[in-house]
Amino acid sequence: MTQDLHSLARMLMELDDQMVACMKCGMCQAVCPVFAETMREGDVARGKIALLEDLAHEMIRDAEGVQQKLNMCLLCGSCAANCPSGVKVLDIFLKARVIVNTYMGLSPTKKAIFKGLLTKPALFNSLLDVASKFQGLFTKPASDVIGSSCARIQAPVIGGRHFMPLAKKPLRKLVPSMSTRPGKSGYRVAFFPGCVVDKIYPHVGQAALRVLEHHEVGVYLPAGQACCGIPALSSGDKESFDQLVLHNLELFEKEHFDYLLTPCATCSATIHEIWPLMSGDKKESLRDRIQAMAERTMDIGQFLVDVLHVEVPTQGSGTRVTYHDPCHLKKSLKVSEQPRALLRSNPTVQFVEMAEADRCCGCGGSFNLQHYDLSKDIGAQKRNNIVASGAEVVATGCPACMLQISDMLSQHGDRVAVKHFIEVYAESL
Amino acid sequence: MISTSLISAFQTLLGKENVLDSEADRHSYAYDAAVLEPVVPELVLRPTTSEQLGKTVALCFENDLPMTVRGAGTNLSGGTIPTKEKGVVILTNGLNKILEINEQDLYAVVEPGVVTAKFAAEVAKRGLFYPPDPGSQAVSTLGGNVSENAGGLRGLKYGVTKDYVMGINFWNAQGEYVKSGGRTVKCVTGLNISQLMVGSEGTLGVFDQIILKLVPPPVASKAMLAEFDDIDKASQTVAAIIAAKIVPCTLELLDNATINYVEAFTKAGLPTDAAAILLIEVDGGHEALVEDDAAKVLDICKKEGARRVVLAKDAAEKNKLWEARRNALPALARARPTTVLEDATVPRSQIPAMIRAINKIAEKYRLQIGTFGHAGDGNLHPTILTDRRDKEEFHRVELAVDEIFDVALSLGGTLSGEHGIGLAKAKWLEKETTRATIIYSRTIKKAVDPKYLLNPGKVIGG
Ligand SMILES: Cc1cc2nc3c(=O)[nH]c(=O)nc-3n(C[C@H](O)[C@H](O)[C@H](O)COP(=O)(O)OP(=O)(O)OC[C@H]3O[C@@H](n4cnc5c(N)ncnc54)[C@H](O)[C@@H]3O)c2cc1C
Ligand code: SF4
Ligand code: SF4
Ligand code: SF4
Repeated sequence: MTQDLHSLARMLMELDDQMVACMKCGMCQAVCPVFAETMREGDVARGKIALLEDLAHEMIRDAEGVQQKLNMCLLCGSCAANCPSGVKVLDIFLKARVIVNTYMGLSPTKKAIFKGLLTKPALFNSLLDVASKFQGLFTKPASDVIGSSCARIQAPVIGGRHFMPLAKKPLRKLVPSMSTRPGKSGYRVAFFPGCVVDKIYPHVGQAALRVLEHHEVGVYLPAGQACCGIPALSSGDKESFDQLVLHNLELFEKEHFDYLLTPCATCSATIHEIWPLMSGDKKESLRDRIQAMAERTMDIGQFLVDVLHVEVPTQGSGTRVTYHDPCHLKKSLKVSEQPRALLRSNPTVQFVEMAEADRCCGCGGSFNLQHYDLSKDIGAQKRNNIVASGAEVVATGCPACMLQISDMLSQHGDRVAVKHFIEVYAESL
Repeated sequence: MISTSLISAFQTLLGKENVLDSEADRHSYAYDAAVLEPVVPELVLRPTTSEQLGKTVALCFENDLPMTVRGAGTNLSGGTIPTKEKGVVILTNGLNKILEINEQDLYAVVEPGVVTAKFAAEVAKRGLFYPPDPGSQAVSTLGGNVSENAGGLRGLKYGVTKDYVMGINFWNAQGEYVKSGGRTVKCVTGLNISQLMVGSEGTLGVFDQIILKLVPPPVASKAMLAEFDDIDKASQTVAAIIAAKIVPCTLELLDNATINYVEAFTKAGLPTDAAAILLIEVDGGHEALVEDDAAKVLDICKKEGARRVVLAKDAAEKNKLWEARRNALPALARARPTTVLEDATVPRSQIPAMIRAINKIAEKYRLQIGTFGHAGDGNLHPTILTDRRDKEEFHRVELAVDEIFDVALSLGGTLSGEHGIGLAKAKWLEKETTRATIIYSRTIKKAVDPKYLLNPGKVIGG
């Protein structure tokens, strides 16, 4: 065991150069959504980095305790975006999760999901297809405005959640593949809908495709796409992550395009930033290919506004729509004005800002599964801000945020619809 | 080791979730923002009511546990690093209620764990103003501010935390309740214990309630940025502004090294060949008055030899001018792994001498030092950029810090303007004062805390 701790420490020392940049100023306490709820130093970036340093320098023995703290994190990047010392907090946390979780071993359920399912898109998809047919038996409609369901029988996995049902037909059934040539715009893009859009919000994907068609952008949508890999990686499963990256890379390299677009903030940030970040152990040629794909990856809203320069007329009037900044769009990719511009461009929309629009919704992928109560407390603040804005529609740019926000609003019985900004924009065309 | 029965006593008092004894939890309260060796506490306690706080102190006293109170842990002098033997950390972030904001009598009563910026925002909502604004205000607590007598950018015109403390109710070492000061502008009942508590860094009592003075806010402000190719001219400008009986609310200085770090970081087009820039802001209760003051300051800057002065026309431009100052610490902090943020303070007129001395010290010890700070009150932040893992270089840092203090004292200045003494500077205290001062302070300490349990070793050593 001590020998093992020693090797764990040695692996963590790889992060020492990045960790030492943390000057322990504590300014991250102001923005960490988890800390705001628990008020425990071990949950904020400063505390987690200190614990990892202790582990790396063999000053602490309880690796499991450190792992628990490390997992107590939304990976929202709020801390990094506000850090005066520019500490690459997310890089550190993701790499540390891989190191610590490899050392501690993945939990059996996660192993089954990541190794057995996510990396095998065909199997995963067919299982979910079956699930979508049966889910009506177990759930009853909870809110007609939001369209969520809550558990009809109290199944433990479902708990008190108001989750969105799986779509009757996933996007990959509705639009199995596409390969069109550019029109007037002169651009051709590849489209990566991401799992949540594919399986739960196919209409978001359809709206995106409609918008691209409208602007005469050629689209490459290959069949057989796999998950971007972030759920596996954030659970420390680098092996599955690597498989997913390679699978998608090969698939998308088959045709030419100018940009790889996604309507999922998390996918965009993952491909754009995390893919290259985690490619350090690869051969140079593969690293270059990953880098090239990453550089071409962009959020769909950013593409419309910054590349296509679509017309964005000023404020309309009608439905009150507010916008939630997904952490992975604003804090990771610095995209925040473009989605708002697209919302404003709909003449039937009256855009209203909510307070703390860039405050994390509390989803954080598997954080929501592991720490549902905490995730709910964080989400409740978001819900309060949405309701206080008086909006009838809350738009955002990440399907994972849409899930979380729907859950929160539905549980409170609020009649606020949750949409992707691309849907609102598509409605105006 | 603390016995399990004592731990359960704390659990009964505070609830299980507020007694942190796991290794990981304890390790995350071993440090603060000072560059010092961490010390892991035996136990971390988080009272959520005033009564619990008092009983916690009493229980620690009965069991001889040295207590270190911790707000946000942002102090830069090791004030919240616990004691090596049986050290216990008491958190105040569960005591974070604003108990009263009195708009008629212009005061507020707060619990010690209220975050400074949140308090200031609440006060502002009611059309009032709480001026002390340390750079850490987004996270720092009012208890920590009072305990360190924190300053900020507005010090010159509006004073520092001590100027706003009207009263403090606290638990003494034994856990008995002591009241001092009050809610009235005038109050001479008993000894002025509140002011003894200000800056005491947790060594004399554990604050429970703080009564703070509020003032009406300024209605207008105007900012400008002046460039100098000679640090003396910048300093003369500061002197001339004050001589003209204008007291700016902000008078910040960035030296050449800092300007270069900021420019390398932001690429905002700062004058990298300037010896110094001054960021000056005037404010007041009347638009015309402020315009008038701004015009006068502009004239003074030019007369004293500023090579360029930019006056912000509106809020957006003002925000832009502030950018350089806002980025001073981020730019310096990014340059090297470790940032040692010092706090030597000299009489205003000695700023050029001090900056020249710092630059000489940087050269002598082959170190990177950028200096910025509050030119109006002589409070400079020589910031040493280093890597604490490099033992040899870090030794040079320590020598340089010693010498910076020596120079500051020789220029009639002080060890610390606002960051406190804590553990980091306790050994220099006698140099600035006298042996008798230390003995006098320790005598007071001994009288009120005979077992030496309140944050022992901080400020006055011992
Ligand atoms: C980036 C940065 C910028 C900063 N800028 C400034 C600045 O501009 N001006 C300035 O003055 N300082 C500044 N500081 C230093 C620091 O933020 C201040 O000293 C602040 O007042 C500390 O508040 P805290 O809540 O973090 O207190 P802590 O660090 O938690 O504690 C400070 C001291 O107060 C004691 N204490 C806390 N609560 C109580 C209580 N209830 N009863 C008794 N004792 C108590 C502690 O024991 C300790 O000795 C800065 C620090 C950083 C990291
Ligand atoms: S804000 Fe950055 S440097 Fe400061 S404690 Fe947090 S992570 Fe460290
Ligand atoms: S990533 Fe988000 S949740 Fe995690 S430590 Fe940073 S701010 Fe907190
Ligand atoms: S980030 Fe989430 S939504 Fe996007 S593809 Fe990956 S798992 Fe699916």
